[in-house]
This record gives sequence, structure tokens and C-alpha cells, in this order.
Amino acid sequence: MPLDGGVSCLRRSEMIGIGIGELESPPLDSDQVHVLAVDDSLVDRIVIERLLRITSCKVTAVDSGWRALEFLGLDDDKSSVEFDRLKVDLIITDYCMPGMTGYELLKKIKESTSFREVPVVIMSSENVLTRIDRCLEEGAEDFLLKPVKLADVKRLRTYLTRDVKVSDRNKPKVPEDLSRFSSLAMVTPPPPPPPSITSVKSSSLEEIVSSSPPPSESSISPVDSPIRRMEMRSPGLD
Amino acid sequence: MNTVVVAQLQRQFQEYLVSLYQQGFLDNQFTELRKLQDEGTPDFVAEVVSLFFDDCSKLINSMSRSLGRPESVDFKQVDSGVHQLKGSSSSVGARRVKNVCISFKECCDVQNREGCLRCLQQVDYEYKMLKTKLEDLFNLEQQILQAGGTIPQININ
Repeated sequence: MPLDGGVSCLRRSEMIGIGIGELESPPLDSDQVHVLAVDDSLVDRIVIERLLRITSCKVTAVDSGWRALEFLGLDDDKSSVEFDRLKVDLIITDYCMPGMTGYELLKKIKESTSFREVPVVIMSSENVLTRIDRCLEEGAEDFLLKPVKLADVKRLRTYLTRDVKVSDRNKPKVPEDLSRFSSLAMVTPPPPPPPSITSVKSSSLEEIVSSSPPPSESSISPVDSPIRRMEMRSPGLD
Repeated sequence: MNTVVVAQLQRQFQEYLVSLYQQGFLDNQFTELRKLQDEGTPDFVAEVVSLFFDDCSKLINSMSRSLGRPESVDFKQVDSGVHQLKGSSSSVGARRVKNVCISFKECCDVQNREGCLRCLQQVDYEYKMLKTKLEDLFNLEQQILQAGGTIPQININ
């Protein structure tokens, strides 16, 4: 089968073979967004890789937090050297992984000098508010509820331009209004993403964030409330 | 190309796919996966579900071993297996398998070995059933392509 540089045309055995370690796209075109995807599940890696490639990202997919750090050159404790060739525009990681969780990986990335500006998105199959809060407080850009859909990835794309990285520096760490994360809709059915986010250009992201209400008592409902409804998905045909 | 034959096959395909949703085998995430397939990657869905079924087989085997001896069940291992199975079934839209995993997890949480064994049996049954159904579906796809037609994009909902 012809190899188009992506995973999708490979035979199963080949997919499994390279799925254990890394799934890597051909050499980086500097204009293309490069995403590092981290997930211990092979099935999820294949899916997220495809989702990202369909939205015109270059993808490197690894199966653990350790491999991610290795890839980023953060795996030893010496002060990191700038890897000029290594442009990572987004890191998307599963939360629940053996060894190093996505949260721990997030912390290490935010502690590094070279990669702390890179937006990190956490994925999880569980809609646990405390978990979400922890991640956002630690500087995660967004939190996606699994299973991840094309619309979720497309939404990530809208704020992922080269310019956004610059304005990110001034962004407060905790987004106060969780309703902007459409994958965490607190009522069913999930509302479409607010227009201000999907059409955002890099400069307006800062405006949106700075105009949010100041951090206060969480207006988010407790865990036992409507959020749990997210777990009950209706079958494909309603 | 025999357009009558193609149209017939396409209709068959559509009806079969819709029935899989109606009977609860598949959910919306399967639809999402189909969106990721195109002429350049005609086997994407088949490849992903194939990996999923391999996963099922492997995880079921290891959980079966963990549940093997009543006096020394490793519930942690079983829980880990269920978690992985639930995750991947959710990612491919394998609704029935996923739902069994939810019950399975509950049995694990209370260390109910009997319950776990029942769930294990059920999850084994469900994934094999789905595998057969999807094989038939992919077969229909192949027939359509071989007859010179294209796979219909079906809007569920």
C-alpha cells in the first residue's frame, strides 16, 4: 500500500510495530503546526494522530510521559539546550497513564525553560472537576473529554497559530469560565463553542481571557450534578 | 459499472449500518471515525477496529488469568484492564462493549469476583459479536468498491 507519510495507510502489523514507540510524520515543514501527542493506548494514539493530521498538523505520537520528555530533550535534569530543529506547537496528552500521568508531564513541561510556553492540552475519559481544576491551575490550555472528536481538534486549531504563543505569556493560568470548553458541557446536549472562541484570532484571545470575571468562588456545580450526565451518551440514533 | 447493482449494495450497506446503531452496537464515536476516512485512507476504520479487537483479546486473556484463582485475585490488574478496555471501546464507538465495562468496573470496585467473571464473559461475547458484524459491514464496503461504486456517507441523527 502506498505510504503517504501518515499512519493510516500502513498495514496493521506495521502500525503495531511503530505504535509501540513513536508514530512520526515526515520531516517538519516549518510552517506547519507540529503536535506532540502522548497516550499509552495504541488505539487512541492512532485516532488522535489521524484527527490531528486531518486538521493539517504534523504529529509525533509517543506512548508515555517519559518518551515525551525524551523527545523534548527534557529527560535529564541538566538545564535544557535549545533544540532549534524541534518546534513543538502543542502538546496533547492523556491524563491517566501508567508511570507518569499527564498531570505530571504537564508540570515538567511548565517547569522547563524551553517548553513552558507551549500550550498543553489534557485528555481524559473522566469528567472529574478536581482533576480538571488541577490541570488548568498547573497551566493546561484546555481539557478534552474522551473520546475526542474532530470538532474538538478543530477547536484547538483555531487558537493554535504561531502568534498565540507570544500572547500566551501574559495569559492568566486559570481560565475562570469553564463553559468555554465545549467538550465539558454542563448541560445536555453540549452547546456549540461560543463564537468568540472559534473565530478568535491570536490577539483577541488575550482580550477574551482578560475580560473574564476575576477568580472567585467557583461557579461550577459540584461533581454529583449535571456533569455526570456527560457519561451517558445517547446511542448514535436518537 | 452496473449502477443498479451498486445502488442495491449501497442501500444494503446503509440499512446494515443503521441497524448496528439502532441495536446499540455502535454509537456516535463510530460516526466520528468514519469521518476520518477518505479515498486516500479507505481502510482507516477497519485498521483501527482491528487494533481494538486485538486489544480486547489480549486484555480479556490477562484479566482472565488475574481472576483465575479465587484465593488470589489481582483486582488492581483487572481494574487496569477494564479501564483500558473501556477507553478503547469508547474511542471506536463500540457501545455495548463499553457498557459492559461500566458494570465490570463496578464489580471490580467491590471486589466481586463472580460478578467480574460474568462481565468478562459478557465482554468477550460482545466484542466477538461486534467483530462479526463489522466484518460483514466492511465486506459490503468492499463489494461496493469492487462494483465501481463509492461508500455512502451516512448521516446518523
